[in-house]
Amino acid sequence: MKNTTSHYGWLTITLHWLSAIIIFSLFALGFWMVDLTYYDAWYKEAPHLHKSIGICLLFLMVFRFIWRKKQVQPEALKTHSPIERKAGHAVHILLYVLFFLIAVSGYLISTADGRGIEVFQLFTVPGFGSFIDDQEDIAGVVHEYLAYSLIALALLHALAACKHHFIDKDITLKRMLAWRKTN
Amino acid sequence: MKTLFKILGRKKILIASTLMATLLAPLANAANYVVDTKGAHASVNFKIKHLGYSWLTGRFDRFDGKFSYDPANVGASKIEMNIDASSINTNHAERNKHLKSGDFLETNKFANAKFVSTKITDKGNGKLAINGTLSLHGVNKDIVIDAQKVGEGKDPWGGYRVGFSGTTVLTLKDFGIKMDLGPASAQVYMELYVEGIRQ
Repeated sequence: MKNTTSHYGWLTITLHWLSAIIIFSLFALGFWMVDLTYYDAWYKEAPHLHKSIGICLLFLMVFRFIWRKKQVQPEALKTHSPIERKAGHAVHILLYVLFFLIAVSGYLISTADGRGIEVFQLFTVPGFGSFIDDQEDIAGVVHEYLAYSLIALALLHALAACKHHFIDKDITLKRMLAWRKTN
Repeated sequence: MKTLFKILGRKKILIASTLMATLLAPLANAANYVVDTKGAHASVNFKIKHLGYSWLTGRFDRFDGKFSYDPANVGASKIEMNIDASSINTNHAERNKHLKSGDFLETNKFANAKFVSTKITDKGNGKLAINGTLSLHGVNKDIVIDAQKVGEGKDPWGGYRVGFSGTTVLTLKDFGIKMDLGPASAQVYMELYVEGIRQ
């Protein structure tokens, strides 16, 4: 389950791919739902799903981040150049930062009037109203542009993994796919 | 000043001031008023049908205005109101955000709405028809507000006030508002309450 200095544990791998799938799905859902017409059957349900999944993802990501901090991180491969190591690490950190900012801005849109966020009709995350004027608008713009940034950065991250896999032919990508051999 | 009193005498001063007041009276009647937004004795409300089954109400929180009003010559009255379109408030942040977006008011482009009267007609019994131009969402359109005088007189704090209510119906499409809310919700009913403090 745990990471080693050469490999990711299965929990890390599961969390990575699960959050990747959910983040891309949420992006697609958000992108689609903002243009729904008033009489669309999904007009009410899509935002409810987006918010519910988003809150659950936030919990998952907090857990993932804590798990990451409590784990040893597999060392960079010997074939990785110093600039690749630095850039890779910076992108990983930025992905986390962007995600948490998107989650917070999304929360600030829906709770600007003090309403809580109902999650799958299971429980409600309380709202604390507005902290700034026109909070729902400002948070909305931030949420939108940071979401585009996160997706762009995640694609860059995926592209880099593909570069290691197909061009460098190293195990960078395979390590995240539970490949067990060391080279 | 003391010498002036002595020369003219108190009585004469009194007569002079009464005379002045009488002369100025017609001017005072066509008084200028400022809409009491400071004390929030005015509101710009609206309602629109929800699906045709009920009314959804909202308002604009920030606006200001001024008018001149002469009860003896209502036709000479004028009114001008400025409304901050981004202050639209329907008591639901997500909906307010949507109403301010490109689907409705596009307040990042068209922050201000304005109404300037062009002709005011006295219809008797305190009823008025206020013709004017409404600029909303970048569209200028002539509209008519059916108004009713509520009352006027001195307030308990040394001022003088007059109040009106007014209604008008706006068709969303006329103002270039894209979102289709369904056939029952093509029009929004404006309900205005204005109290002016005489300046």
